[in-house]
Amino acid sequence: MAVKIAANQNMVTFKAKISACRPGERLTQEKGMFLTNTEEIPGKKITAFYGVVSGSTVRAKHAGRDLMAGIKNVFGGELKGYTELLQESRDEAIDRMKSQAKQLGANGVVNVRFSTSSVAAGASEIYVYGTAVSVE
Amino acid sequence: MEQLIIFGILISLGYFFGRHAEKKHYKSIQEREKHWLQLPTTCSKYVLEDDRIIDHCDLVNGSMVVSVDYFKRILARLRNFFGGNIQSYETLIDRARREAVLRLKESCPGADQVINLRLETSSITKGSGKQIGSVEVLAYGTAVYFCK
Repeated sequence: MAVKIAANQNMVTFKAKISACRPGERLTQEKGMFLTNTEEIPGKKITAFYGVVSGSTVRAKHAGRDLMAGIKNVFGGELKGYTELLQESRDEAIDRMKSQAKQLGANGVVNVRFSTSSVAAGASEIYVYGTAVSVE
Repeated sequence: MEQLIIFGILISLGYFFGRHAEKKHYKSIQEREKHWLQLPTTCSKYVLEDDRIIDHCDLVNGSMVVSVDYFKRILARLRNFFGGNIQSYETLIDRARREAVLRLKESCPGADQVINLRLETSSITKGSGKQIGSVEVLAYGTAVYFCK
């Protein structure tokens, strides 16, 4: 089904598709995707919108790291283990979002937003979402 | 008695190591901020005026997880009783924010501009009661590269 909507003075086709991406599926990194957190891609023209795509991960570090973080809590400062952990899971969430966008036939994601929430002590969920688009 | 000794040791460890680490960190932040002034960073959605043509752009991010030391935690608990601003937490989050922005800039050394910079803060592990255990700051934005 295709619905015509007006955006940025151009008529674009909105393709509503249901995602076929299973959660937890191991995904390889996609290359050549345009990712921005602005409404448009600077220097490029958006030709179609495909709706919202998202990716999420929940991760925890092994007990040794948690112990180290506990010790570090006395001295203060950066918890490198946790920084690393969150960065890894963020990359993974972005990868999942990218592959979902690719399955829809998009080659870019605009308006990317991050959100973090702690599920349990030492584990946190990272959620990334954005609008899949195709650009020239 | 034993508990009191342990408490005293933890407080002094937190005080000396925490202060030293904070001073060192602020020094390195100031140095790096001076160096990265050349990269214009804005929160606006549009690219700053430039004659050059945009080559490509990319999503970049930087983050830091930081935790307070034992001494500051006790200080904050005291403050909680009397009320007022808890300076020990203010400096903590300030450090994390500036570091996150610097890491973002360091992840894209060839970029000409960073637009739409967003900062997000979330507390990861909650300590006992209302205390903040550690805080994560995430900075993300769009790096714009011009044609050379």
